[in-house]
Amino acid sequence: MADNVLALRGLSRAFGALKATDDVSLTLRRGEIHALIGPNGAGKSTLMALVSGKLAPDAGQIWLEGRDITGLSVAARARAGLGRSFQVSSLIPEYSALRNVMLALQARMGHSYRFLRPVMRDQALISGARAILARVGLGPRASVEAAVLSHGERRLLEIAMALALSPKCFLLDEPMAGLGAEGTKQLVTFLHGLKQDAPILLIEHDMDAVFQLADRISVLVYGRIIATGSAAEIRANPQVRAVYLGTEDSL
Amino acid sequence: MDSTRKEWLLNALIAGALFAVPLWACVVNEPFIITLATRIAILAIAAVGLNIALGLGGMVSFGHALYLGLGGYVAGIAAHHAFHGTEILGLPGTNQMLPIWALATVLSGLVAGVVGALSLRTSGIFFIMITLAFAQMGFFFTLSWPAYGGEDGLPIFVRNQFPGLNTARPWEMFLLAYAVLMLCLAAFAGLRAARFGAALMAIRQNPDRAAALGISPFGIKLVAFVLSGMITGLAGAMMADLTRFVSPAMMAWTVSGELIVIIILGGVGRLFGPVAGAAILVGFEVFFGGLTEHWKLWLGLVLLAVVLFARGGFIGLLAGRVRHGG
Amino acid sequence: MTLALVLEQLLNGVQFGLMLFLMSAGLTLVFGVMGLINLAHGSLYMIGAFLCAAVAAASGNFWLGLVAGIAAAAAAGALIEILVIRRLYARDHLDQVLATFALILILSEGVRMVFGPFPLYLNVPEALRGTVSLGIVEYSVYRLALIGFGLAVALGLWALIAKTRLGIRIRAGESDREMIAALGVNIRALYTIVFALGAGLAGLAGALVGAIQSVQVGMGEPVLILAFVVIVIGGIGSIRGAMVGALLVGVIDTMGRFLLPRFFATFMETSQAMGVGAALASMLIYLLMALVLIFRPKGLFPAHG
Repeated sequence: MADNVLALRGLSRAFGALKATDDVSLTLRRGEIHALIGPNGAGKSTLMALVSGKLAPDAGQIWLEGRDITGLSVAARARAGLGRSFQVSSLIPEYSALRNVMLALQARMGHSYRFLRPVMRDQALISGARAILARVGLGPRASVEAAVLSHGERRLLEIAMALALSPKCFLLDEPMAGLGAEGTKQLVTFLHGLKQDAPILLIEHDMDAVFQLADRISVLVYGRIIATGSAAEIRANPQVRAVYLGTEDSL
Repeated sequence: MDSTRKEWLLNALIAGALFAVPLWACVVNEPFIITLATRIAILAIAAVGLNIALGLGGMVSFGHALYLGLGGYVAGIAAHHAFHGTEILGLPGTNQMLPIWALATVLSGLVAGVVGALSLRTSGIFFIMITLAFAQMGFFFTLSWPAYGGEDGLPIFVRNQFPGLNTARPWEMFLLAYAVLMLCLAAFAGLRAARFGAALMAIRQNPDRAAALGISPFGIKLVAFVLSGMITGLAGAMMADLTRFVSPAMMAWTVSGELIVIIILGGVGRLFGPVAGAAILVGFEVFFGGLTEHWKLWLGLVLLAVVLFARGGFIGLLAGRVRHGG
Repeated sequence: MTLALVLEQLLNGVQFGLMLFLMSAGLTLVFGVMGLINLAHGSLYMIGAFLCAAVAAASGNFWLGLVAGIAAAAAAGALIEILVIRRLYARDHLDQVLATFALILILSEGVRMVFGPFPLYLNVPEALRGTVSLGIVEYSVYRLALIGFGLAVALGLWALIAKTRLGIRIRAGESDREMIAALGVNIRALYTIVFALGAGLAGLAGALVGAIQSVQVGMGEPVLILAFVVIVIGGIGSIRGAMVGALLVGVIDTMGRFLLPRFFATFMETSQAMGVGAALASMLIYLLMALVLIFRPKGLFPAHG
């Protein structure tokens, strides 16, 4: 079990009578991409909120590298090493791409209570952020305000900010959402390399991308995980086929 | 010319004008105008304080009159005991501005810490009402506490002193206020450019994102709120010395409203927004107040027009919007 | 200190609370349905009082004045909503605060221009003068009538919201704005009606209270701020919360002012006890609010979730 970076154990959360997350256990191992798929309403968003700390579970624990982080706030989990991207791009709209990444770097260093030195003269912060922007291919767009970046660029900036945290694991919530075929292809290549930095828990709707990328796939239906396995195993699983039959032709 | 350079030029012009006008008044011996400029400078200091919470942090405090009044009462009570040679809590009074300012800032910071810790548990409309309510609590307390004049307020018979200056002279009092204003503006600019400012402004724009990066919004906002209250408290002590009078009216809810109005008229979050706003408000009062007793009606109409149609305030109108580029 | 005196103060507290409820109900309704913070609510209270006093003085009939006060406040509310407030629903709270702060300046100065700088006085109607015996206490008939009025209006408001078509729409508006638009309800008209209704309630409160206080510019804002305390305690958007909050604030404030100085006088010198007691009493309701916030940050009866 030493290889588990992130482990969910018996996670449950109900809204009234609706069990949005029902006894979910899964692990994320070093160097892998573990994709979470499921039809609409399966409880992916709730599970994401539980892991990121936006919601508190009714039962179960979340472990990050041997540390129980179940009781931590969103910010404390981020500091503990959880780097997430949002399903709908969530950036600092008035900041340039560069300053968005600089903010993430500053947060990782844990020095937000410094009152004197101007950030725009902090060469370590600036060059660090530029390197990360270059890595995701946003180098030339560094001085553009986040609010006016294109949709695809905003998705990339999301990932750049997660990357700047040097997290222990990535939590990517539908990073391909709204990207064209070309953009998706580039991102697939990028994520393939990214898992060497830290393993990725990937929630994604684009089945082609998931089956190309994921080392393991878990299928969530009505808040429960009905199957976990390699792409081939999931493809062959009769239960999964039954759930997706007629809804996802790609399977 | 890009908007950042335009703003710096405009700032230099405003700073120059605020110095040149009373200097001219000093030469032609018009003490009324010097005192008016001093009032603008001190109001601007108070608004620089609020601008940290409101402009950078997006916290709509409708209760900053509390800190203004606290600072004012520190100056008034210290001078009162010094004048009568009596003690308060075992300590003598003082007529020295420096210890008074220190106490006013620290006390305002402590109170802002308590009010902020309670109010920041909520947000939006709750936050506005709660900060207002706490300021009202201070207002009614000073109104009904009889020891320091209650409703009638407390006069400061002799203006408190500053080493090396004769504060009784309008020009020297102005210089003092102007210097403190410039220091506060420098502190504001430094804070805004530093990591703390980067975090604070990010939280205003997108608190969920900041939290997901590991920056806890509560702590950053609370520190900003405390700093904000401290600067406004300092302005309160100076204001009491300028008018040589402190009364519950300094804590009235309308004063909190006026501080917000100053920031809006000048430009939210802009470095010189409070200075421009204070000058506009005081100028409006003096100019239209001389023409009609109903000048507040016109102020209301202007304010309404600014809110509905000219969001950037004075600085925004002339220098365009803020850029956080690089 | 006699039981009769305590009972009298208790009744005063209830009466005060019910008048606060009339103010708070409109505020909380406007916030619940439109998401708007309206500082100018106190100005509508003032308009109700001024019109009532002026019409009552001119006609010699309090009741005619009362109707005029309510109508004027409601009409002013509808007008303000159409001219200004409507543009603020989509804006942030800061804009709402500033625009309605501007409205206070305009309305206060406008009333001063029309009615002059001096306070008006409104007499208690003939039929409600004097006192009535309630067993151990002689109590003001008018104040008792205010209690009756307040309860009747509260009941009417409850019936309006629970039983009528308008009420159904208001409740739908509180839970889901897009939903009622989708159902084809004319939102613009609904918002104007809700705002005018709240304004009318504020005008009613102003007119009723005007007979026991002087009617002057600036009378609305202290009540407005107390109404804020009420709805923070009760839970913003909740009529039931406004009722509970208003009664709590009314009774605690009145009893605090009555009891605290007497309490301190038991172990302090009298004039000093009066000062300390009065100062503490003036802070009581804010302390109550702070306590509620610590334990129930969304108020006693949170309206949403």
